[in-house]
Amino acid sequence: MKPLIRALPPAVLTLAMALAAVQAEQPFIMVASTTSTEQSGLFGHLLPAFTAKTGIAVRVVAVGTGQALKIGERGDADVVFVHDRPSELEFLAAGYGVDRREVMYNDFVLIGPKGDPAKVDGSRDIVAAFRKIAAAHAAFVSRGDDSGTDKAEKRLWQDAGIDIKVASGSWYRDTGSGMGPTLNTAAAMDAYALCDRGTWLSFQNRRDLKIVVEGDRRLFNQYGVMLVNPAKHPTVKQSLGVAFINWLVSPDGQRTIAAYKIGGEQLFFPDAQPGR
Amino acid sequence: MSDIVEALGVAFGLIVGLDADLLRIVALSLGVSLTAVAVACLGGMPLGAALAIFPFRGRPAVIVVFNALLGLPPVVVGLVVYVLLSRSGPLGFLGFLFTPAAMVVAQAILVAPIVTVLVQRAVAELWVLYGDALLVDGASRLRAIRELLAMSRAGLLTAFLAGFGRAIAEVGAIIIVGGNIAGVTRTMTTAIALETSKGNLPLALGLGIILITLSVVVSACAFILARRGVPV
Repeated sequence: MKPLIRALPPAVLTLAMALAAVQAEQPFIMVASTTSTEQSGLFGHLLPAFTAKTGIAVRVVAVGTGQALKIGERGDADVVFVHDRPSELEFLAAGYGVDRREVMYNDFVLIGPKGDPAKVDGSRDIVAAFRKIAAAHAAFVSRGDDSGTDKAEKRLWQDAGIDIKVASGSWYRDTGSGMGPTLNTAAAMDAYALCDRGTWLSFQNRRDLKIVVEGDRRLFNQYGVMLVNPAKHPTVKQSLGVAFINWLVSPDGQRTIAAYKIGGEQLFFPDAQPGR
Repeated sequence: MSDIVEALGVAFGLIVGLDADLLRIVALSLGVSLTAVAVACLGGMPLGAALAIFPFRGRPAVIVVFNALLGLPPVVVGLVVYVLLSRSGPLGFLGFLFTPAAMVVAQAILVAPIVTVLVQRAVAELWVLYGDALLVDGASRLRAIRELLAMSRAGLLTAFLAGFGRAIAEVGAIIIVGGNIAGVTRTMTTAIALETSKGNLPLALGLGIILITLSVVVSACAFILARRGVPV
């Protein structure tokens, strides 16, 4: 044991130096983003193209939209790339972010079991489908994590005039987890769930789940990107962050987004407005 | 059952193929956890021995507190370290957040009580047996700490392995302070969490099998090293 004890301090030093070496590489930016962009595989396709072009590495922390905005608010990221317009506008108004640009959209889809206990399959009216699920007391799994998808879902229940607080714990199950874990739960208990199309297309543990409602314009899902306000947080890498934002909305970036497909199906649709 | 068989196949394929991403993830997991355990041992081993040897008022209370800390919830430690290391926090200037350094800090905090408590227990036993003899021989208590640590080889090994086990298996703290960034702070456990949420259960299970194998290898290495030390 003695040699082991004596070996400890040098071992610590070596390991610490090795870890430090990992960190000191090319210039990089921190991006707080959502699980839908990471887990759908979009970032795996998009970011290497940006890094190859500019030499700037992008480090993504993928969390829910609510948490991503919080990370930006605390100054722990340079760029925030999320999908909930109302809370993004609040973020801007509070002075935490600047330079918001809309980048792309996809849509939400209602996922449900093939047995379809609420008889909503094939409908294009999401609000009517929500009412049917509530009336049938069919199991519905919610993110419940303040993410962009969660907020969109809550707005739809409100539109349907249904108070989910009352139903919570019975047919309405609030899992407080990410999109993937929520889908895993829905698959295990044959429940309905609202999901962004990108995550659904790349999700592999579907079991008996399928898309039951899609195509309602209320299921539109806009993604926006913002620079964390350097006036609030001087550590923000302004020029690198702006370079990333500008590339995302450039013809080159927009083309790269459109080119990302799973099984021949396009996941995200670029819609940046030229100029400002 | 077929899930498990498929996972074994995936694990085997990853190991045989020496997948570059996998190697990086394994290296980071080992690097972070071993560094954290080493840091915790540097502090916790002498501290544990001192707690066993030096009588002082309130020592039982201190020992009770350290024992209670064995149950530190990783997610709470992660959250506290996050708030401290955040740019808006008191240690934000270090720039540690979302880097491996932050993960080492969080894991060292989780492991330190384990090492301290186990070493305290091992040394206290030896102190009862040999303490008087050591002091009669003219050793100071400080000197006695070194002697007793050297004698309690089995206890130190257990402390190291228990600490390492806690660190390498942990996901709640490092996913908060590390952010699970691909190629930077993605470890075995955070990768398993990610693949699970993608519904890629065979890959998640396969990574789990590799992680367990890794723990066995580290444990075996520690035993061999300890055996080569001074015989008790």
